[in-house]
Amino acid sequence: MATGKKEPVLVTGLGALDKPASGLLTWVDQRFPLMENWKAHLSEYYAPKNFNFWYFFGALAMLVLVIQIVTGIFLTMHYKPDAAKAFESVEYIMREVPWGWLVRYMHSTGASMFFVVIYLHMFRGLIYGSYRKPRELIWVFGVMIFLCLMGEAFFGYLLPWGQMSYWGAQVIVNLASAIPLIGPDLAIWVRGDYVVGDATLNRFFAFHVIALPLVLLGLVAAHILALHEVGSNNPDGVEINENKDPKTGIPLDGIPFHPYYTVHDIVGVVVFLMVFSAIVFFAPEMGGYFLEYNNFVPADPLKTPLHIAPVWYFTPYYSILRAMVWNFFWIDAKVWGVVAMGASTLIFFFLPWLDRSPVKSIRYRPRLHTWAYTLFVIAFLILGYLGTLPPSPVGEVVSQVCTLIYFAFFLGMPWWSRWGQFKPVPARVTM
Amino acid sequence: MKLIKSTLTAALAGVTLVIAGLCPVAQAAEADIRLDRAPADRFTDLQALQRGAAMFVNYCLNCHSAQSMRYNRLKDIGISDEQIKNNLLFTGEKVGELMTISMSKKDAKEWFGAPPPDLSVIARARASGAGSGADWLYTYLRTFYRDPSRESGWNNLAFANVGMPHVLYDLQGEQVARFVKEKDPHDPSKTVSKFAGFEIVKPGKMNELEFDNAIGDLVGYLVWMAEPVASQRKQLGIAVLIFLGLFLFPCAWMLNRSYWKDIH
Repeated sequence: MATGKKEPVLVTGLGALDKPASGLLTWVDQRFPLMENWKAHLSEYYAPKNFNFWYFFGALAMLVLVIQIVTGIFLTMHYKPDAAKAFESVEYIMREVPWGWLVRYMHSTGASMFFVVIYLHMFRGLIYGSYRKPRELIWVFGVMIFLCLMGEAFFGYLLPWGQMSYWGAQVIVNLASAIPLIGPDLAIWVRGDYVVGDATLNRFFAFHVIALPLVLLGLVAAHILALHEVGSNNPDGVEINENKDPKTGIPLDGIPFHPYYTVHDIVGVVVFLMVFSAIVFFAPEMGGYFLEYNNFVPADPLKTPLHIAPVWYFTPYYSILRAMVWNFFWIDAKVWGVVAMGASTLIFFFLPWLDRSPVKSIRYRPRLHTWAYTLFVIAFLILGYLGTLPPSPVGEVVSQVCTLIYFAFFLGMPWWSRWGQFKPVPARVTM
Repeated sequence: MKLIKSTLTAALAGVTLVIAGLCPVAQAAEADIRLDRAPADRFTDLQALQRGAAMFVNYCLNCHSAQSMRYNRLKDIGISDEQIKNNLLFTGEKVGELMTISMSKKDAKEWFGAPPPDLSVIARARASGAGSGADWLYTYLRTFYRDPSRESGWNNLAFANVGMPHVLYDLQGEQVARFVKEKDPHDPSKTVSKFAGFEIVKPGKMNELEFDNAIGDLVGYLVWMAEPVASQRKQLGIAVLIFLGLFLFPCAWMLNRSYWKDIH
């Protein structure tokens, strides 16, 4: 400092240092990469300009995550994770806690809407090939989020301590006992008791309110960082980074995420909130799909319900579990059921490597591929529907056929995804 | 244009979802009888709810509790603290107390085979694919009949071999059920007995119409008690949807349009 030479002033914020507000921003910016991140992830993150309806659901999933966390915090303040008090504490929230009913319905509706939004988000990825190179890791993180969400939903569903909570947990934990040799001990280890009980409730509470949300948040961050590293796909499956303005280096078909997609997503958010509110205020039980009727009966370890059905978002996998009725290779059908159910969710991980189609988007794929997707979606929906019903001989055969379609879709993909006449992909996106 | 189309699709998808939700899930029906529809006009009629509350406290709240319900919540249906204290407070002492009972679970189990369930949310718990919880309760409470083979002397059409005796027999009177033998449609070699109507053998204080009306009131009360906030919830919902639809949506729409007008 003896030379008296002025240090260069680092101005990365907006405006000059003489204005107090931008002075503060600069002060922060010299200590924390605020503007750098704002630019990298919002104002100078260039997204393709041709996003359509299907591109709302990523932002909506973030919105639901925030709703779940905020309502969850307030529910935790009043809920009692104690087998003797849990059921009544939920009714206490519904009746005595000011606005408790609203917070609770938002949380229960949010759980189901999370899956609605995530399923639609995954479907978008599927039809536009958003998982293809170089976006494989985005997809892998996404599938991990999906699995984590399923765990979160499963642990959370025990907490109201109704009959369906109790027996649903009992059935699923018992699946662990299907594993040869260590199974029965493993099931006891998971439950912390010989039956689902107070110990189980307490540990599920811990998983639901702290363990899995932490993992979930980390995975969401990884999902978005990976996305912003390679850039977003679009309905045409065209790489916008291959056509940049030679002077500015900005993709010609890209527009800054903020403000264009922030204002765009606000429209989607308002429409979503209208649907969400319609359910919360007028049909919070959703006809027994979002809040099962039997869950208004307190858990009774001595009374098994006639029909145990998981909540709708698990029913496709539950159907696949029930579809396996054969004792192949002297191994119990129950084990095969668990294997098939596990495989049906884990198979999503391999999608980027199963798809060998020369184009990404369904827009430029042969008609045959549209049929393949349609068949898969129909099979998935039928499996979901059958999973809500008690087992029946006809349902069993139908669910076996649909399970076959489900796995054939994925396992046959390396072959069928190359068949047919592909259409030429344009160099630039289409509006 | 694309955005309009997308938004309409989203709205349509939402509406479809809600409609789908209103269709009841097909779940295993407990009884194979068709449930009678409970009169829905009682659910919001304050006088009917008050009559139902009186009936509930007099007839049900001796063996059944409603542990999540406070007496003074009855203020929501227009019954004052004073009225509660003078007319409805049999088991408790203060209007701020919960609707508990003094019968122990152990005794109850010995006397009825199973402890009578808490009725706080019974109207929600009894819903199924066959009908709403109200429909089930309305049918159940009107279909007790004399059955000497049962320990209590009573049986029920909606809840076969139920442990509860007919508590309201002095109002309804005593009825017997007639069954006819019919060929089993799945197996002609067997016969099944099919319900063919009730017959009052000993009249009660009420005729059939009066009794149905009284049960309608009681069921209305049970529905109200299962979710006392329900009407407030719906009112607030209308306000929220008006705010979102008529104010926030046009604002968001115009904001989006003004930014996107340059993007082609």
